[in-house]
Amino acid sequence: MHEYPITLRIVEIANQQANEANGRVTGIHLVVGDESGFIGESIQMYFDVIAEGTPCEGASLSIERVRPKLQCTACGRYFERRPFSFSCPFCGGDGRPTKIGKEFYIKDVELEVD
Amino acid sequence: MHMVKKDVMTDIYAENDHIADHVNGYLSEKGIYTVNVMGAPGAGKTTTLEQLIKRLGVRCYVVEGDIESDIDTERLRKEGINASQINTFGACHLDAPLLHNAVHAMTFDEQGILFVENVGNLVCPAEFSIGEDIKLLQVSTADGSDKPYKYPLAFEKANVILLSKTDLLPYLDFDEEFFMKGVRHLNPNVPVFKVCGKTGEGYDEAAKWLKERSGK
Repeated sequence: MHEYPITLRIVEIANQQANEANGRVTGIHLVVGDESGFIGESIQMYFDVIAEGTPCEGASLSIERVRPKLQCTACGRYFERRPFSFSCPFCGGDGRPTKIGKEFYIKDVELEVD
Repeated sequence: MHMVKKDVMTDIYAENDHIADHVNGYLSEKGIYTVNVMGAPGAGKTTTLEQLIKRLGVRCYVVEGDIESDIDTERLRKEGINASQINTFGACHLDAPLLHNAVHAMTFDEQGILFVENVGNLVCPAEFSIGEDIKLLQVSTADGSDKPYKYPLAFEKANVILLSKTDLLPYLDFDEEFFMKGVRHLNPNVPVFKVCGKTGEGYDEAAKWLKERSGK
C-alpha cells in the first residue's frame, strides 16, 4: 500500500530529469534495500499506472535489491543474518546493524533526447 | 535521437525527511518535545499515553494516528487530554507531511510534550521520520519474545522501549532472555522499561526517564 506515494515521487524525480534534458525517460535504475520496507513488484505495479501520460510512460524500471548485512563487533567482517541469530558465521561474535540493506534511491535514469 | 544516462542518486525519502526537519523545527520553536510512539496493534500504546501523561506533570498533547476511527482520541479527550486525530484511510504509517498538517492545525498554548501515536504496525512506522525527537517503541509480552528478530528495524531505531503487559508473564511462554538478547544486538544501549497498564507498575520510572530526556 505505501508504495503508491513513493512511486509518485519516483516518477516526479525522473520526469524532472527528462524535462531538464528536454527528452523522455526510457529507464530508471532504483536501488532498494530489503530493509527499506519497499517491495519492488509493488513499485512496478504502481509505476505503469502513474507514468501514463508523462515523460516516464513506457520506461523500464530496473530494481537492484540489496540484502541487509550486519558487521561483526569482534572480527569486523560483514555478513548476512541467519534467522533468529545475530552471530557472526566466521568467529561467533556479535553482529551489529549497518546501513547496508536500508538503501532506497534512484541511481540513474536513461533518457532519450534529440 | 540518442540515449543518455544521467546519474541521479536521489534518496526517495529525502522529501519526507526535509518536511520532518521542518516539523521538528516548528515544534521545537514552540517548546514542544515530540515522541513518536510505535508498536503493534493492541500493544497498549494508548494506555501508555494515559499512564505517562498523568505522571509527567507537564503540558501534554497527543496526535492519534489510525487507519480509521477516532476511538482513542475520544478516550483521551474524556480524560481531559488535548488530543487530535489523523486518519490515514488505508496507509499503514504516518509520514512527515501528515504530521505537518496536523500540528499546524493545533494550538500549543504552553511548552510541553507531544505524543504522536503512530498507526499500530511494527514495520513501516520505523521507516518514516515524522519530525520526532525520539521514537518510543512499545512491545507487549503477548506479542511474543521473537519480535526483535522478526522486526529488527523498529528495535534498531527505538530510543526507548517499553515492554508492556508484564502481569501476563505467568500465563505466557515469553522468553525474556531471548527477547533482551535480540534487543541488545540491535540497540546495545537503549533503555528498556517493564510496565503494566493495569497496575501502573513501571510507569514511574519510564515517566522519570522521559521527563529528564525531554528537559521539560
